[in-house]
This record gives sequence, C-alpha cells and structure tokens, in this order.
Amino acid sequence: MSDEQLVGIVLVSHSAAVAASVAELAKGLAGGGPVVPVAPAGGTEGGGLGTSSELIAAAAASVDRGAGVAVLTDLGSAVLTVKALLAEGDELPEPTRLVDAPFVEGAVAAVVTASTGADLAAVEAAATEAYTYRKV
Amino acid sequence: MLDAEFFRRWMTATAASVDREAERLTALDSPIGDADHGSNLHRGFTAVVAALEKEPPGTPGGVLTLAGRQLISTVGGASGPLYGTLLRRTGKALGDAGEVSAEQLAEALRAGVDAVMTLGGAAPGDKTMIDALVPAVDALGESFTAARTAAEEGAVATTPLQARKGRASYLGERSIGHQDPGATSAALLIAGLTEAAGE
Repeated sequence: MSDEQLVGIVLVSHSAAVAASVAELAKGLAGGGPVVPVAPAGGTEGGGLGTSSELIAAAAASVDRGAGVAVLTDLGSAVLTVKALLAEGDELPEPTRLVDAPFVEGAVAAVVTASTGADLAAVEAAATEAYTYRKV
Repeated sequence: MLDAEFFRRWMTATAASVDREAERLTALDSPIGDADHGSNLHRGFTAVVAALEKEPPGTPGGVLTLAGRQLISTVGGASGPLYGTLLRRTGKALGDAGEVSAEQLAEALRAGVDAVMTLGGAAPGDKTMIDALVPAVDALGESFTAARTAAEEGAVATTPLQARKGRASYLGERSIGHQDPGATSAALLIAGLTEAAGE
C-alpha cells in the first residue's frame, strides 16, 4: 500500500491541546501499517480557544494525498466553520468530508481504518459507527 | 437602486456599531455564552472594513461575498461561519449586478437567512440570531426602518425564551431571562442597513 492512497484525517477542536492529543492517541492506537497522515487544527491562530478556518484549511492541505480528507470536529463553531468552508467550494482538498462522529472514538476508528488503505467512504462509515458503541 | 457604495456603507456602519456595542454584546454573552461575542465580532468586522478599503469590490454581491469570507476566516467563534454564510449567500444571490433594487436585496437576504438556518439548524423561537433576522426580512418589503424596528423587537423578544441551539442550550431553563447576544448583534447588522439607506 503506497502512501499516496491513504485518506488524510483532520481533527478540529476548540483547543489546540485537545486536537493534538487526540491525534497522538489515534496514531498511537493505529499501531503498525502505513502511517496515516493526521493533522490537528485546534484553537485560534492566536493560541486561544476557538476555531480557525485558516488552520483547518492548512491542516487539510497538509494531509491530502489524493485519496480524500476526513474532517472530525468537536462542537459548535468547529462544526459550523468546516461546513462553511465546504460550502465555499475551493478551500479544502477534493474530496473532503465532514464526518459525523464522536471526536475521540471517531478519530481512532478513522485513523485505524485509513491505515488499512480503506477509501474515504469506509473511513467515514467506521468513524460514524463509533456512535453506536454504548459504554453502559 | 442600491450600488456597491451603499453596501460598503452598510458594512462600515455595522462595523462602527459593533465597535460601540462590543462590550454590551460580550456582557450579554457572559451569563449564557462564553463571553466573547463582542470581541469576536469586533475582530471580524474590523477585518471586513480593512478588506473593503484595500480592494473595494465594484458590485453589491462582491461587497457582501468579500465581507462574508472575512468573517468566516477571522471571527473564531460560531458567529463567524453564521454571519459569514449570511452575507456570502446574500451576495451570491445578488449575482454580478452593478445595482440592485430594495426588493432584490430583500429577496437575497431571505436566501441568506435560509442558508443560516440550514447551517446552524435553528428555527424561529430557538433564541438565536434567526429571531431578529426573520422578522427583519419580513419587514424589509415595507421599509428599511421597519426592518430595523422588527429586528430590535425580535432581539428583545428572545429574553423569555429557552435556548435550543448553541452553548446556551446546555443551560436549559437558566438561559431564560437573558436577551440573546446573537439576536442582538443581528439587530445591529439590520440597523446598519437602515443607516446606509439614510433613514
């Protein structure tokens, strides 16, 4: 499996620390196999809590290997900013999808699935499926 | 007819009122939000004015799409993509026309408000900016002044509502009794329109 065929993952959180830590966790749990391009886009450009469309667009460009990009977000402005960027049309690599998934569990599922060389639809399905895992 | 200069005046007037009212918006956002609405919008509209001065677009649609883009990229909170989508979609609906009628503006603004409702999933009564924007668009057919009054009344009318969208919705009944900061800033945007019209 060549690196060119891997789906890229972008993790958008209001907090830079949360985005970076979840990226580290997901990559760590993905184990061996090809290294999936994962980029955190957390907080504002000024280092505060919030969402930066510039950081999101840069992160998406950095993980694009031509197989598509899956974007996972936490809440509120992170979701709305990604949707607004997608509506813009030319801000994110083609194809990019906002994946409806729980942030931590979805990130792990997405990265593990992408590491098998799965396509964007399979990565999205695996991340979304993380919603169905009940803890009690 | 309304030209690009009218739309630049609209954005400049809104930026000036956001500057004047930033502290009040943040104060409204502190009991039910994260206390940054005034500073976020101030940053956004400052960027809008700077971008319009640097490269003044020649059409109404061009002014609004540029303004919307600036808001999406600089605000940092949910109001960025929401206001950005409102202006961008309104601008796109106006197309490349060099001048538009008040009726065309009203129609385009309705398309913009519809896009915001789709993006945020909010409906009238959810205690959001929609509660000021929908009555304003409805009244715009009458006059700019009527739209301003309708938006201000819509914002005040959010006070007894319970929030169903955004961070405030987590507070449940504790969101009751506070005027919604988003509806309040939406009323400033509509007031800016009235000011641009010289009414």
